[in-house]
Amino acid sequence: MQEEIKQRSNLFATSVDYVNRWGIVIAIILLIGVFTALMPQFLSTSNLVSILQSISIVTVIAIGLTFSLSTDGFDLSVGSTATLASSLVVSMFVWYSMPTAVSIVAALVITLLIAAINAFLIVKVKIPDLFATLSTMFIFEGVAMTYTGGGSISEGMPRLDGTPTNGKLSETFTSMGQAPTIIIIMVVVVILAHVILTYTKYGRYFYAIGGNQEAARYSGIPVNKYRTIAYFLSTLLAAIGGLLLAAKVGSAQINSGAGYLMPAVAAAFIGSSFRGLGKPNAIGTFVGAILVGVLENGLVMLSVPYYSLNIIKGAVLAIALASTYYKKS
Amino acid sequence: MAQQQIKLKMEDISIEFPGVKALSNATFELETGQIHALIGANGAGKSTLMKVLSGAHDHYTGQIYMNHEVVEIRTPRDAKKLGIDIVQQEVDSALIPYFDVAENIMLDSVVNNSKGKAWVNWSRLHEDARKILERLGTKIDTKKKVSELTLAQKQMVLIARALVDEPRFLILDEPTAPLSQKETSELFRIVKELAAKHLVGIIFISHRLPELFEICDEITVMRNGEVVSREKIDQITPKQVVEQMLGRSMEEAEWKQPASIGKQIFETKQLTQKDHLVKQINMTVHSGEIVGIAGLVGAGKTELCKTIFGVLPIQSGQMLLHGNTLDIHSPADGVAEGLALVPEERRKEGILIDEEVYSNLSAANLSKFCRFGFLKQGNEREAARKMITDLDIKTPSENQKVGLLSGGNQQKVAIGKWLMTDAELFLFDEPTKGVDVGAKSDIFHLISRLAKMGKGIIYATSELAEILAVSDRIYVMYDGMIVKELVTKETNEEEILYYSTGGN
Repeated sequence: MQEEIKQRSNLFATSVDYVNRWGIVIAIILLIGVFTALMPQFLSTSNLVSILQSISIVTVIAIGLTFSLSTDGFDLSVGSTATLASSLVVSMFVWYSMPTAVSIVAALVITLLIAAINAFLIVKVKIPDLFATLSTMFIFEGVAMTYTGGGSISEGMPRLDGTPTNGKLSETFTSMGQAPTIIIIMVVVVILAHVILTYTKYGRYFYAIGGNQEAARYSGIPVNKYRTIAYFLSTLLAAIGGLLLAAKVGSAQINSGAGYLMPAVAAAFIGSSFRGLGKPNAIGTFVGAILVGVLENGLVMLSVPYYSLNIIKGAVLAIALASTYYKKS
Repeated sequence: MAQQQIKLKMEDISIEFPGVKALSNATFELETGQIHALIGANGAGKSTLMKVLSGAHDHYTGQIYMNHEVVEIRTPRDAKKLGIDIVQQEVDSALIPYFDVAENIMLDSVVNNSKGKAWVNWSRLHEDARKILERLGTKIDTKKKVSELTLAQKQMVLIARALVDEPRFLILDEPTAPLSQKETSELFRIVKELAAKHLVGIIFISHRLPELFEICDEITVMRNGEVVSREKIDQITPKQVVEQMLGRSMEEAEWKQPASIGKQIFETKQLTQKDHLVKQINMTVHSGEIVGIAGLVGAGKTELCKTIFGVLPIQSGQMLLHGNTLDIHSPADGVAEGLALVPEERRKEGILIDEEVYSNLSAANLSKFCRFGFLKQGNEREAARKMITDLDIKTPSENQKVGLLSGGNQQKVAIGKWLMTDAELFLFDEPTKGVDVGAKSDIFHLISRLAKMGKGIIYATSELAEILAVSDRIYVMYDGMIVKELVTKETNEEEILYYSTGGN
């Protein structure tokens, strides 16, 4: 009798463990099941491609967040970073008629200024990451708006001083924002991040710092250097996200990156529990982004109004955070 | 104060946590007015037993009696109502740093007795707190912020807090661990007075045998969750206590194999830390030599280790390793130059508690297991397994999280990680703190093995017996400076203590 109870409780324990490990995957399968039952066209190839395409930008930005999270840091400024990068790249094309490579490199390099400021405020001045990046989030939202004169930039628009322009977004660039290129870029980013975090010493250093900064320092790990690197990676990937956004839309819209902050944070936190790892990881973040994307796509197809979507996305974020923090207490 | 005598008895107490039987049929007795020592190796169950008594666990089996009447203790509140209070080992976790002394002392009473009262009567709060501190015979300004206090003062604040409700039983969990000799004797005076004058029954948990024999009336020894003996203190010797703790007789083995001391490898010249925490340090270390750093808590031993290793910034002076001037601005520089530090605050600084044993062991020299930045995880794990066998680290596998190991085994991991490096100079800062007797001797063996390999070793501790047993030569520190150099063979505890307390 007792044996049986023991076995049953063991079975219960293993199944709880199983749910903990594979909860996100199970959730995705359930969601797909429900949506397909309601709308058979949900499972069509074109819709699946459209889901992957729509989560590409979120995933790239969320991978950046994964790096800062792996050092136990956080970067709220990724949305503003994406906005600034997209404004810069479009302005390079439209206002200054620059070639593709120059436009992209210029936008990325200038945007990395945000990383330098974040790292300075957090690592040197020692402001808690959340507050430091809250302030840079506002600063660079303002910088992007000021740069564009408070409006959007699209082809044919004159410069702020009234100079007429005839620059166009190059085709190479706009194709980056379409399937399959955008999906390929996302997958490459995920794989690279996974390799760095799991198979290189840099990843191990990030996690060591994230686990216990003091102990990492006493082990001789140059903690400040690697925390700085993490914020640069976070900004770089957010900027790439911004470029993809500009390529996809074909213009720079006001504060267009802001909407990506929340789903990216949700994806990274959901991903932490993937495979029971309990720490931020690239594959998990990708899977988290898929969960968010499937949910959003399905709800839109069910004609849930866009203005109500945030209720559900916010709730998903709360659940993701709960799964990360509840066990810790 | 004519208080009635109370007999407390815990009978057949058992408690289980997932996978561990922490206590089995433990029986414990105590009377008011007594000082009772509770001792056992790490994991013996003494803290768990005291947590049961203070109401921190509710799922134990067994009975607790007061004067032969069954009492029910399932919550801290139950325990407090019965007059049982505990002063936890980790003082900082029980104090609110930006509250002042009076607020901290009166915290429980403000929280529990404020029903229906919205206002805080500040002058009464301070008056009450002052009275309790007076009763303890200590003078701490009640308006001072707790964050500005020394460790010993913080401990006084916690004891004062426990006394607010006039407890009949007071549990002190390793109260002397962070205290210097002088502070310890001050604490003893207070504890004795509480027992004798106020008839409080005191349970005193400690790893330090001499002090238990100094102040306790009775002693209870625990091992593996069981109570193995209860004796009047004058009926038992320290050696017997150690045997009962270990469950085997301890040979007073000469563990220290004499290493041949070679040429000088490390030297400091007028080394001064930026905030003058250590000043004008001139010291040398030879290959194969264990150099002890003695001194009371606060003398600057930890600061000296941290300055050499690059944690604390240097203002002036020089350090030389193998004749080369060291340019160290961070621990990363220190490691690169061939230094290793096993820090005092193990869980905070020495190990990554949420990471696996293998990644802890490789943390200080990950490049060794890398090619072009990519980890060779097979090599890494193999090296970890070898180290686990070599150091006899008790862990199910190299994949275990270090936080789940016992204190002694955590310390072995903290030391093991430096054995993976090519460090030349090892700094040990209180390496046996919170480590049980068995692991302690393993650690001593390990250090003497390092000496035999020709490494230089700096061993900082405030345990006099330990420094005499371990070192070849001793520098005594006082107020951030080296005040005396002694040859271990030609000195004794009295002499070290004399210089440690500022004699010259």
